[in-house]
Amino acid sequence: MQEILTYFFEYRQMIFVVVLSVFLGIEVISNVPAILHTPLMSGANAIHGVVIIGAIIVMGHAESTLAMVLGFLAVILGTLNVVGGFVVTDRMLDMFKKKPKKETKN
Amino acid sequence: MDKIITITENISFTMTDSILELSYLIASVLFIVGLKMLSNPESARRGNTYAAIGMVLAIITTILFHKQDGQSIGNIGYILVAIVIGTIVGWTIAMKVKMTAMPQLVSLFNGMGGASAALISLMEFPHISAALVAEHGMMNGHVLAILLGLVIGSVSFAGSMIAFGKLDGRIGDIRSPLMRYINIGLLVIVVGFIVYIMTLGSVKIDEITYLIYILLAIALIYGIAFVMPIGGADMPVVISLLNSFTGVAAAMGGFLYNNQAMLTGGILVGSAGTILTVLMCNAMNRSLLNVIIGAFGGGGAAMEHEEGNIREITLSDAAVLLNYSQKVVIVPGYGLAVAQAQHICHDLDKLLESKGVEVKYAIHPVAGRMPGHMNVLLAEADVPYEKLIESEHINPDLPNTDVVVVIGANDVVNPAAQDDPSSPIYGMPIVNARAAKNIIVMKRGMGKGYAAIENYLFFNDKTRMLFGNAKDTLQALVGEIKEL
Repeated sequence: MQEILTYFFEYRQMIFVVVLSVFLGIEVISNVPAILHTPLMSGANAIHGVVIIGAIIVMGHAESTLAMVLGFLAVILGTLNVVGGFVVTDRMLDMFKKKPKKETKN
Repeated sequence: MDKIITITENISFTMTDSILELSYLIASVLFIVGLKMLSNPESARRGNTYAAIGMVLAIITTILFHKQDGQSIGNIGYILVAIVIGTIVGWTIAMKVKMTAMPQLVSLFNGMGGASAALISLMEFPHISAALVAEHGMMNGHVLAILLGLVIGSVSFAGSMIAFGKLDGRIGDIRSPLMRYINIGLLVIVVGFIVYIMTLGSVKIDEITYLIYILLAIALIYGIAFVMPIGGADMPVVISLLNSFTGVAAAMGGFLYNNQAMLTGGILVGSAGTILTVLMCNAMNRSLLNVIIGAFGGGGAAMEHEEGNIREITLSDAAVLLNYSQKVVIVPGYGLAVAQAQHICHDLDKLLESKGVEVKYAIHPVAGRMPGHMNVLLAEADVPYEKLIESEHINPDLPNTDVVVVIGANDVVNPAAQDDPSSPIYGMPIVNARAAKNIIVMKRGMGKGYAAIENYLFFNDKTRMLFGNAKDTLQALVGEIKEL
């Protein structure tokens, strides 16, 4: 019991952030029209590329060769996630944007 | 109760620490605002840009200002090289890939993020502080975050790679009732192994480092086995689910490094992704658990139907039928995407409109391989927004529709979802194509849909089949209509 309470107190700020973020995520998403499901999923996919920060931190403190290699790989993969994710999302949304102009022409 | 347990607050900090935290706050806000804006067609593109700016900000300030135990980020040269490589490769892939391959691509990038999270855990495990273990044993939040980050990241990676392979047509399904038990067994092993590591008590970390590699291997196997039996209609759900997995894995990194940007970003995606997954499951009337346990389709005693005859229609008859209709509804599916037929489909629609035919598209939320797949595809071909009608809104209109043209869609128009309680898709909302006066189905052959269920819409008296690749068929059809 004491362990749990200690744990909770030690991490209380993060636990707050987690719980509130969960509700925020639900709230932010809930009114999405189906038309945007794919770009939204893709955009969210890019955002979890934030894992790259962790990769940079480990790589920044890596000492052994193994850690360097793994860290290097982690940063590349994280960057792929971020860059690929945002670029693909932008490409998808780009197609949506052209529409209104076309419409006024007709 | 009032005994002081530990003193955890460390209040010494520098200016740069402060700037770093502030930049994380700004990044988190940008993620949230970006995600919110992504859910509105008007602001979606800006939203994506905002989130990207937040990401760049967080990355730059981390490299410049992050300190761990007073040490700044080292190996900056290598880090920059890795970022440049990742940027060039990611950008090139993202720009070059065809729109139809989009679902695979999201799955691929998702896998990269998962792998990155798993690697972080892999490297952090040997560095668990001896003092922490001496005091609390292995049962503490730090170890839990590492192990969960590893497992969730690996499952997400392996699963995404399999999903990628399946969508790309490189990997087939393994459909066996046995897979269900194998999966449950693997899940039990993974959880059991985590519990085992955490209950080791006070141990020397370097003596048990090998355990983390065993856990990695099991998690990877589970990730593969997890997606292997899942096919067809469930693929969008799986990608969305794996997407939220990676979010949670990233959040574990936030726990490890006490990093708010990773935490908010990761959890936000985790919860948003889960909600999206649940929305999709609802759209197919299936529980998430059912999807996770897998083994969809193939099984289940399909009701015996009076197998009527398949009736084909010639191109010229189809052209005449369409030309003299008043209302036509097109139901696109994956076949349209595969054949890259979205442009020619739009040509057909414009041609018919010029002849006074009202043309609309019925968009089923899970048609294709991703939610909204059809929207993206048709948007690429410049089909105006207003013509894309969601299935629930178009269904009441269908009885007054002269012709429904089903292009490469199957499960989303299968009446078994309404009639056959034994069908695996029973209860799934569908585009009620059979309500229309005439139905033309364009299809490559008589193969079953991705969910491997017989579709007796094809045997309906009002249905006529046009076999062949969607693009070629549409092209020929447009030609025929022009001749009229």
